[in-house]
Amino acid sequence: MGTYYLPHLKELEAEAIFVIREVVAQFERPALLFSGGKDSIVLSHLAKKAFYPAKIPFPLIHIDTGHNFPETIQFRDSLVEKLGVQLIVGSVQESIDKGRVREETGVNASRNALQTVTLLDTLEEYKIDAAMGGARRDEEKARAKERFFSHRDEFGQWDPKNQRPELWNLFNGRKHIGEHFRVFPISNWTEMDVWQYILQEQIELPSLYFSHERDCIVRDGVILAHSEYITLKPEEKVDRMTVRYRTCGDMPITGAVLSSANSLEMIIEEVATTRTTERGTRADDKRGETAMEDRKKQGYF
Amino acid sequence: MSIQENNQLLRFTTAGSVDDGKSTLIGRLLYDSKSIFEDQIEQVKASSEKKGFDYVDLSLLTDGLKSEREQGITIDVAYRYFATPRRKFIIADTPGHIQYTRNMVTGASTANLAIILVDARKGLLEQTYRHSFIASLLKIPHLVVCVNKMDLVDYSEDVYNQIVADYEAFSSKLDIKDVQFVPISALKGDNVVERSKNMPWYEGSTLLYHLEHVHIASDSNHIDCRFPVQMVIRPHTLEHQDFRGYAGRIDGGIFKPGDEVKVLPSGFTSRIKSIELNGQAIDEAFSPMSVTMTLEDEIDISRGDMIVRPNNQPEVTQDLEVMVCWMNQQALQARTKMILKHTTKECQAMIKEIQYKVDVNTLHRIEGVSQIGMNDIARISIRTAQPIFKDSYRRNRQTGSIILIDPNTNETVGAGMII
Ligand SMILES: Nc1nc2c(ncn2[C@@H]2O[C@H](COP(=O)(O)OP(=O)(O)O)[C@@H](O)[C@H]2O)c(=O)[nH]1
Repeated sequence: MGTYYLPHLKELEAEAIFVIREVVAQFERPALLFSGGKDSIVLSHLAKKAFYPAKIPFPLIHIDTGHNFPETIQFRDSLVEKLGVQLIVGSVQESIDKGRVREETGVNASRNALQTVTLLDTLEEYKIDAAMGGARRDEEKARAKERFFSHRDEFGQWDPKNQRPELWNLFNGRKHIGEHFRVFPISNWTEMDVWQYILQEQIELPSLYFSHERDCIVRDGVILAHSEYITLKPEEKVDRMTVRYRTCGDMPITGAVLSSANSLEMIIEEVATTRTTERGTRADDKRGETAMEDRKKQGYF
Repeated sequence: MSIQENNQLLRFTTAGSVDDGKSTLIGRLLYDSKSIFEDQIEQVKASSEKKGFDYVDLSLLTDGLKSEREQGITIDVAYRYFATPRRKFIIADTPGHIQYTRNMVTGASTANLAIILVDARKGLLEQTYRHSFIASLLKIPHLVVCVNKMDLVDYSEDVYNQIVADYEAFSSKLDIKDVQFVPISALKGDNVVERSKNMPWYEGSTLLYHLEHVHIASDSNHIDCRFPVQMVIRPHTLEHQDFRGYAGRIDGGIFKPGDEVKVLPSGFTSRIKSIELNGQAIDEAFSPMSVTMTLEDEIDISRGDMIVRPNNQPEVTQDLEVMVCWMNQQALQARTKMILKHTTKECQAMIKEIQYKVDVNTLHRIEGVSQIGMNDIARISIRTAQPIFKDSYRRNRQTGSIILIDPNTNETVGAGMII
């Protein structure tokens, strides 16, 4: 017998594709939550592979906070066109206008928490019963126990104590009316896996991920892009910096890192030697050690 | 952390009684392999200080969810990741005591290897037998017994040898192919990643070296061709008007274009026209690849069907004999109706009979039981509403496994291994 084994990226790819196909087979109205970040871009790439030569048989959903980087929106639109897939945009601005949520005020105001309401409203409006996301278990402690198929009650909430055991590759997507699932096909990938895969597959990314010059401020140790959404504190000043992003979130809260890495190879080199987690660069996670877990329970991605 | 792209993936699980040092060992592996980020270490340092420790408690690295943290308990399976230049590792960390069997079974279902921790001062305990039994029941191909806390027994060779001898005497009764032993101190780091200077008498490899080199390529079945169909791909475009592809994951054997195949349950035969993914041709498809297969003939095939070779077929049956691990508060009684999932097939099933329960500590059979409760392991007979294409679990962990779902709550209540 020869040595029949898959290199780890192939095995992770095979696992993710299996999960995405299970979602389409088990649910009536699945969708892919597209954040504009590299993880959801990888997810769209895997979805394309899973169904080729057919088109991706579900829409992408983007929750637009109105505070996105313009690069993210441009990239989203061109990707949607290339894939020939339907795009649904849920707008946080609309939720604010309709009075569904109230905007935070003050210098650290963020629309991040508001997204949850818009997301749940959008899922309900389109009767989505399985929303796939690019979250990974290595991102954060609270995610280490997350399932591939994560059950949510009729309020969209996650109950860490009441998750179904997952064995072998037998995924249980049965649910009652009104309930839905979040599904995480790349649960088992690490940040390094994602980057290596992007390199291997030559996946296109928004320019934000590569080194560029930008006007920034430093707030609580986080480098933030200076934009119309930022209210400067008196002692803060704007500097031109050479930076790149490790995640793509909202402009006012996504931290950049000083970097001259302008190719995938250089980024991988950088990731291999970096000693802080990706989420460490997000101002919203600095609100407390269990910040993420609290938001998750409410139905955040 | 590694920047190599072509290394294998090893999935392993850890088992031990409370305080044997499981969390410390995992923390040590992550820390010594430099898989821990500074901000995570800062958090752990802060927590250690808050608790008044004068050392960094590595076990906090693998600490769980908030509510559990508040109650000081961990009740579930958590997954951890680390990589070395040779391999990437996924750890199914299964702490907790009350629901331990259920958690370990879950973690073990996908593992290539299990680490069983033994406290050098205590030797083999009832739990050691239980964990080893579960590992053998779940057919984890490789087992490593780590004799931990060697620093507390003066790194004594005699203590270690005695534990090895005891374990070998017991494990000969179990169905485990590959058992290795390593004397370690998770706290001090001896023989985990770095070779110990304190145990010159030990000539074997360190734990990490073993994890990096254990031969796992033969863990999957490459003999019996099994391709359960997940879904049918029909593009409905002008360009691919007649394309009809069968999407799925290979569960066994090696499929090649040109091979003669048989489709279950219809029994029709055909030849493989192409195996592909994303339009790229694949010469040989084997487990666990996800592929799209096309056949020479137009046959009616749908989800739940299985493509196999005519001269090597699974058994087609509605009667299953199963070792089940019960995972739910609500006990199982005979004559109960369940939903059964096997590969990509889902159907109704009736629990016909509970044959016996296994005492997981002594491996004795307990006959004449009327129900099985949470964390029980029992042999049951099941009748399915539709034929199942099964192999024994011993032969194939994918086509030999089932889960049972409660039709009222939709919860996954049982994990079964077909005999
Ligand atoms: N002396 C010594 N103590 C250890 C060793 N491994 C773990 N411990 C200690 O044993 C206790 C339990 O360890 P922990 O990792 O929390 O055990 P778990 O319950 O199996 O996860 C802690 O106080 C550890 O510091 C070891 O190799 N030597």
